[in-house]
Amino acid sequence: MAEKVLVYIDHHQGEVVGASWEALSAAQQVAGAFSGGVTALIVGDGVRALAEQAIAHGAVDAVVRESVDLKEFRAEPYSDVVSAVLKDTGAQVFVLPTTGRTRELAAMVAIDLETGVTTEAIALEVEGEAVVATRPIYAGKLLAREVCRQRRPQIITVRTRAFPRPAPDPSRTGKIDAAAASPWPSATTVLGYRASEAGVSLTDASVIVSGGRGVSNNGRLTPPPEITDEKQQEIWRAQQGFELIRQLAATLGAAVGASRAAVDAGYIPYAHQVGQTGKVVSPDLYIACGISGAIQHLAGMRTSKTIVAINRDPEAPIFKVARFGIVGDLYDILPALTQAFREKLGK
Amino acid sequence: MNIAVCVKQTPDTAATVTVENGKVTWGDAPLVLNPWDEFAVEQALRTKEAHGGKVTAVSLGPEGAREALKQALAMGCDEAILIHDPSLAEADTLVASAVLAAALRRLESIDLAYFGRQAVDTDSGVTAAQVARRLGWPSLTLVAAVVAVDPQGRTIDVERMLEEGRQQVRAPLPAVVSVVKEIGEPRYPSFMGIRKASKAEIPIWSAADLGLSAPAPAVSWPAVLAPPRVDTQCEMITGDTPAHIAWRLVDRLLEEKVL
Repeated sequence: MAEKVLVYIDHHQGEVVGASWEALSAAQQVAGAFSGGVTALIVGDGVRALAEQAIAHGAVDAVVRESVDLKEFRAEPYSDVVSAVLKDTGAQVFVLPTTGRTRELAAMVAIDLETGVTTEAIALEVEGEAVVATRPIYAGKLLAREVCRQRRPQIITVRTRAFPRPAPDPSRTGKIDAAAASPWPSATTVLGYRASEAGVSLTDASVIVSGGRGVSNNGRLTPPPEITDEKQQEIWRAQQGFELIRQLAATLGAAVGASRAAVDAGYIPYAHQVGQTGKVVSPDLYIACGISGAIQHLAGMRTSKTIVAINRDPEAPIFKVARFGIVGDLYDILPALTQAFREKLGK
Repeated sequence: MNIAVCVKQTPDTAATVTVENGKVTWGDAPLVLNPWDEFAVEQALRTKEAHGGKVTAVSLGPEGAREALKQALAMGCDEAILIHDPSLAEADTLVASAVLAAALRRLESIDLAYFGRQAVDTDSGVTAAQVARRLGWPSLTLVAAVVAVDPQGRTIDVERMLEEGRQQVRAPLPAVVSVVKEIGEPRYPSFMGIRKASKAEIPIWSAADLGLSAPAPAVSWPAVLAPPRVDTQCEMITGDTPAHIAWRLVDRLLEEKVL
């Protein structure tokens, strides 16, 4: 009999988080080795339509558990429901995307079922009945092969952009097991949401343009006379530089990143920070502007497919990880680059 | 208020971490208080300053982890407890969460247990939620701001940093809270704090003290590897003018099908 493989479909306000489809393709890899298919698990309120989407994306069937008490994601009641489904279905492997919600969910379900949990896997291999996950540790300075041999299910969250995102095929069909859930009421109350700083979605971005300390390094810029404080003048200069970064990012549909040095200097909010104590990213293209390449920054972006470095210092360590390098002033290069991309991409 | 902060000792983030004979090594690089946990200590101290009470720092680790606890004491924590037991050396998050939950129970009448979002070595980021689940306390992870604590009404209001924005949540006490960097800069230890920390007695609790008999980890690491070396031959793009350089780069990116 095929080992039961389930995938969790994460969603927010009725929309599936795209990384869920990547988790589905990761789960398919595992299920394929067990000669079976993947069952999608969807928990929420009014989420049945998401089951059809999951089947279109490749799940063979779906389990839907709904309750008005599950309208807002809270880890506790969601974990109650997910743990019960995993027990009932005898799941051997449970794969999730990695988001703020699913990390908590995976953690709690592992406690309920007294099993192991692996987060942010970038590769999965089946050895006998166990799934060996490869995951970055020390912010990607090393990779650990991690396995939960004795206990079941094996719970694994996969890193965003590590597995392919399958295209939907609406002609696919599959059985949907939909039922009402009755979780314990959550002790916590969601009071509301507030839009995040600049709506940065770095981990999901396929292109990132990042700025570092060097972004403020332009003596030709004269701050307005009302800014007399030297530190504020530096921040004002940096903001002009980040404006050039934003223009290039807008042209490329890219997210804006930053080094820790730029964040600590007050140039840009922390939500943009890439690196060991920021976000770990792996885009197709990473353009580093005025970033020297401290080890903590490299740890957060070195798995990017192609890295372009723009820096005035030809000795900057960032050039050691870059595929393309430009030694020059970002204040000259960035506007020219934005212009060139606009013309080439017809924007 | 009775506040706990759970911390871990990790290598410094500036360390070059490598694998030698299958073992992780960071050479002479210093071991430090996990940088994410500094934010947890900071928030624990702020909560105490606002509402009174005491802050106890708790760490599971080798004897040397005492140094990380001293850092927490130097920042202003009142007491520290090291949980050290050879049987816990291979602890995974399942074990670590059992140990920390037992320690928080043993500390009695804890109102708030703070954590950093994750440790910079193992990068799991699940322990806080697992401790909360074991204790049956609400789990408030990825907290960017503690908006209000009401010790009489026994509630806490926080803002959580989710991918979609800041989520505002209210939970009853006791609760587990893991914090992110947005909560604000951690303070530096004061001179007096450092002196106090250097003289502090840090009791050691064993697994038996916590009523645990060598809990078995579920997850093991059959291998640790260096990441594959990427071919990092850097092609320098040069030209007479910025426009010239920009066009060359765009052409090369298109040729290599990066875009």
